[in-house]
Amino acid sequence: MSFSAPKLCVADVSMTFRTPTGSFHALAPVTLSIPQGRFVSLIGPSGCGKSTIFNIIAGLLEPSGGRVLIDGVDATGTIGRVGYMLQKDLLLPWRTVLDNTILGMEIQHVPLRAARERALPLLHRYGLAGFEYLYPNALSGGMRQRAALLRTLLFDTDVILLDEPFGALDAQTKLKMQEWLMQLWSDFSKTVLFVTHDVEEAIYLSDEVHVMGTRPGRIIASIPVPLARPRVRGSTLSPDFLVIKERCLELLHLDPTASEPVNEAA
Amino acid sequence: MSVQDTPTVGAMARLERAQPKPEAARPAAVRRLPVQKDWPTWALIAAQIGILVGALSLWEIGARTGWIDAFFWSQPSAIADTMKIFFTTGDAWTDISFTFRSTIFGFLIGTTAGSLLGLSFWWSRNYAAIVQPYVICLESIPKLALAPLIILVFGIGLVSKVAVATALTLVVSTLTAYAGVKALDADSEKLFYSLGATRLQVFRKLVIPFCLPWIISVLRVNIGLALTGAIVGEFIASQHGLGRTILYAGQTYDIALVWVAVLVLSTLAMVMYAAVSWLESTLRKGVRQ
Repeated sequence: MSFSAPKLCVADVSMTFRTPTGSFHALAPVTLSIPQGRFVSLIGPSGCGKSTIFNIIAGLLEPSGGRVLIDGVDATGTIGRVGYMLQKDLLLPWRTVLDNTILGMEIQHVPLRAARERALPLLHRYGLAGFEYLYPNALSGGMRQRAALLRTLLFDTDVILLDEPFGALDAQTKLKMQEWLMQLWSDFSKTVLFVTHDVEEAIYLSDEVHVMGTRPGRIIASIPVPLARPRVRGSTLSPDFLVIKERCLELLHLDPTASEPVNEAA
Repeated sequence: MSVQDTPTVGAMARLERAQPKPEAARPAAVRRLPVQKDWPTWALIAAQIGILVGALSLWEIGARTGWIDAFFWSQPSAIADTMKIFFTTGDAWTDISFTFRSTIFGFLIGTTAGSLLGLSFWWSRNYAAIVQPYVICLESIPKLALAPLIILVFGIGLVSKVAVATALTLVVSTLTAYAGVKALDADSEKLFYSLGATRLQVFRKLVIPFCLPWIISVLRVNIGLALTGAIVGEFIASQHGLGRTILYAGQTYDIALVWVAVLVLSTLAMVMYAAVSWLESTLRKGVRQ
């Protein structure tokens, strides 16, 4: 396709679920276009179809309409094209941390030895040194999330979907993990689509924030975040940041069908 | 245990002595935590042996004085003599080996086939929905009631005993493995598919390791069931085996031999149970769950 084709393109994707009582319109036609190497967030109330979009992009759900394009090529309904990290870490309790992180490579038939050799230095560099041969039940929540994220990265796809990866962590760990994720993202130059409930997290991490509404799930606004990188914690207090934050909160509250208060924790 | 407890008990006793005595005036008012003192291990073992020796002595004396009818109940001295004969000039080792083989083969075949059958339900929901009622039917049939039929079909040799033992263990393993399959987290499957896994890969790398703890958990139950199956098979028709010896001895009023065979059978059962328990804990360590 053309040189300027976006890395990931979600074109008019809609979703209607059939239920025993009729049909449920989960997603109005949604269009997203994400250039290579961008960090983009989706925020919105529960039930706005964020996870549905992710499942469709990952090929785990066939959309009722529209297409998913990766590098301009139709990838609708095909699996194994993007790295997908679900809310739960889903580490396998019978595998060591190291063997959990190489799961993606193993499934792609990379020889075990080569996969482990690739994974080990990354585990060391990204804060899991000394944990490689432990089993997941010996790890804290933050460490488990790190292992799950490295598993997603080591799957070696250009596009990575992160579904509220830090949702279950305490505030302090969450901040640390955000810095850690920024480090990973700039080292690996992946294209990231990130779902969160936390407005500040979304703005702090992203190049662009898409605000979603419910019934049916749709994108109600796309807000670019022009803050310079690398960002520091202090930038969350800068006037530019606060303007964007206020705009996002306003949009989330304007949505009359918002079913849940939005997490505004600072 | 007992060594650790002793000083505490001593301290309590000292406390009691240190208390002044005015409570004597109101006897019902003060209550203390009842303290149970643990006996040392040698005392416990001595008591256990004492009970055994006492019971055997009573039995022997009762039989000799005519208080217990030795014709129906036999007596320890006669049982000991029969035991000697059974192991020196009798068929002890043939019988033990026969029962042992029937049990182990039945256990292995039933557990393996049952586990595979249970796991296979993961492959297709339609297939599971069709086959499941039959499995439940099979579970509700008292398998031992089918034993005469199994003997007719498979003959009076080893194969029929293995078949009865298999019938008993297979269903348990099937249902347990299937319970494991049903407990599988849908999100874990999603993770595998998002990584581009094939169904075979999901089965090998997720379903089997996930269900292993379930499969392992029935090993001890199954060894007991397999032994029951083997013995019942021998009761119905057999030329060898401890079950056959018990039946034969009972029919010929050789009560001492009944006791001997039952004792040997219990020992065999305990040995196999211990071996499977060891296997189970070893496998558990390997599986880490």
